[in-house]
Amino acid sequence: MSQVTVQKSDSNVRSALIDATGMYYRDLNALLRSLVADGITVLRLENVCGQRYIATDLPGDIRIEIHGTPGNDLSAFMDGPQVTVHGNVQDAAGNTMNFGKIIVNGRAGDVLGMSMRGGSIFVRDNVGYRCAIHMKQYAEIRPTLVIGGTAQDFFGEYMAGGVAILLGLGDVPHNAKFIGTGMHGGAIYIRGTVKPYQLGREVGILEMEPADTELVRQAVEEYVSHFGGSAEEILSAPFIKLSPVSSRPYGKMYAP
Amino acid sequence: MKTYVQPDFEVVRDKDKCIRCRVCERQCGWDVHEYDSEDDLMIDWGEKCVGCQRCTVFCPTHALTVRSYSGNYRPNANWTDDRIRDLYKQSESGGVLLTGMGCDRPLKVYWDHLLVNASQVTNPSIDPLREPMEVATYIGGKPDSIQIKDGKLATRIPPQVRIDIPIIFSAISYGAISYQTQESLMRAASELGTLCNTGEGGWPDSLRKYEGNTIVQCASGRYGVDKEYLKRAQFVEIKIGQGAKPGIGGHLPGEKVTDAVSKTRMIPVGTDAISPAPHHDIYSIEDLSQLIHALKEATNYEKPISVKIAAVHNAAAIASGIVRAGADIVAIDGIRGGTGAAPKATRDNVGIPIELALAAVDTRLREEGIRNRCSVLAAGGFRNSADIVKAIALGADAVYIGTPALVAMGCALCQKCYTGVCNWGICTQDPYLAKRINPELAAERVVNLIHGWTHEIKEMLGGLGVNAIESLRGNRLHLRGIDLQQWELDVLGVRGAGT
Repeated sequence: MSQVTVQKSDSNVRSALIDATGMYYRDLNALLRSLVADGITVLRLENVCGQRYIATDLPGDIRIEIHGTPGNDLSAFMDGPQVTVHGNVQDAAGNTMNFGKIIVNGRAGDVLGMSMRGGSIFVRDNVGYRCAIHMKQYAEIRPTLVIGGTAQDFFGEYMAGGVAILLGLGDVPHNAKFIGTGMHGGAIYIRGTVKPYQLGREVGILEMEPADTELVRQAVEEYVSHFGGSAEEILSAPFIKLSPVSSRPYGKMYAP
Repeated sequence: MKTYVQPDFEVVRDKDKCIRCRVCERQCGWDVHEYDSEDDLMIDWGEKCVGCQRCTVFCPTHALTVRSYSGNYRPNANWTDDRIRDLYKQSESGGVLLTGMGCDRPLKVYWDHLLVNASQVTNPSIDPLREPMEVATYIGGKPDSIQIKDGKLATRIPPQVRIDIPIIFSAISYGAISYQTQESLMRAASELGTLCNTGEGGWPDSLRKYEGNTIVQCASGRYGVDKEYLKRAQFVEIKIGQGAKPGIGGHLPGEKVTDAVSKTRMIPVGTDAISPAPHHDIYSIEDLSQLIHALKEATNYEKPISVKIAAVHNAAAIASGIVRAGADIVAIDGIRGGTGAAPKATRDNVGIPIELALAAVDTRLREEGIRNRCSVLAAGGFRNSADIVKAIALGADAVYIGTPALVAMGCALCQKCYTGVCNWGICTQDPYLAKRINPELAAERVVNLIHGWTHEIKEMLGGLGVNAIESLRGNRLHLRGIDLQQWELDVLGVRGAGT
């Protein structure tokens, strides 16, 4: 039977421990909404197993710890909370997310961070296909996606803004093809090497400028703060930057 | 490269009437008219003219006539002038032909082959000028049954949105149209007690005051989709397809991506906003269900969720899947639906007319016993109030209109929306052109048009002896077909005239 235990810490932060065993996603999310409405700001979820849309409709100042495997669309359309997952996440985590943070102590499925508008996602290990696609940006509102391992095909497809980083830690080389296909904004940073045939026609490999190095350093330091390891060691290997070769890759495709 | 393309239009100027006031020169964004100060006369470069008729309307002395180019190739039923022009254009550019507005080919318009009934003797007709006539309806899913306990409704009713008239303004995105045009449509929707769909280009903050009359879209590009966008709208529509370009994503040419549009869409200035063809989180009906419920979660189950598809060959089966996936509204957009930019080959050849798709969808949902679970919105080529009456009789809860509202504001269907140059200020982001739309005056024209149509709809309803639009919905016995083959009558579910 599902259980909720509400606790109060010394600093007056009220937290709730929720056993999600066997709970239907809709009931779980309704419970989270009502707990937050009661003033609880820290939610600890145990035994999560496939429940979708966790944190989708929760306000900004909430912290959520998930033990288990949340279902698809974790934090879809999310606007603010910080979600830490002790386990893997399924497809479409951070879908069209507006603001907030997801930290995954494990790996992620396909279309991670699709159409992300802001906030950041950190994944310790590898991720699936079509991650970081159509990420967006306006001025300083810029989403960041940091992946410890590598990604599958179509990474950063249609990217219109934001930053996506592959650290290439672990044993798997970068095998993705069609990286950055149709990209027209933003930047992809890859630690390690990729062959030209792995890239979409719309991106080119650029040298790292000091501003790029600084941006990557900050991201790596945060990655290490979440998952451990040595930032210096990670940063000692060379990075490449992928950027769109044209802001208008399809501008000449049409008859006037 | 020397162009072989013959002009589309020619400009005829009555030199006796022309007073050289240069209004035409200022009104034309295509630089067709030029003043020659040495000889004090106006020169017209007809080959640049797109036929928008802005200059002829604004010429104070009616000195101008814009008409189709009078030169022609040797007449040939197969190789028409238009086809030859297209070949020249492509052989000079190597590009895809782009166009705007809806399919202009002479496809059969089934509305013109459907006739509406009227009461004579046996069932009294109603006089809508002096008797109550209800044209409001509620958009949203309806339960299979209801239970009353202790005199109170015990069944949870899915969220409903009331519209005072069965006419909603179609999805036309900011970016495609000017800010002023979107504001005009929202303002008109507000005055009419109906809704306006933002399209997929986001919802500028300063227009969110019209939240009570706004539908927002969640399309494959996900432009402008933030939490507030979803929560403040009356309903959220997942755009899968569009009648003008089924199977491909939205397309906003870079010329129209200004800083303000870049902010709303969160893409770089000047870049082409080409939405992905599919939603990459939807590869199946099950995935569609996932996004429908993601949006329901994001809006706390307080808003109906719509799914809009283009009218394609198997629209009926797809619509069944959409309803079973949990959508509260199914919107279907036929081949004549408008667009700001689409490849001409796609616009003119892909999809089917809304009349056939609507009838097929309504029939299928009824046969499966799930028609009540959704509202059906029909879109794509409604030209007048009679078309709307026929659509409702075929099974629509309400219709989406786009082109008629733009024409009310001045649009003359020149089909150059994709260029960003619109002398009427509608389909442009050029501030000099866009300010030609005054939202107060443009909204008034749209409201006038819809008031006229509403009176006509009431007259036709009254003539049928029906006093509520909801009583007409799906009532195909009020229609008869004329000049239709048996298969067409079968698809439409109507009997031939005289039977």
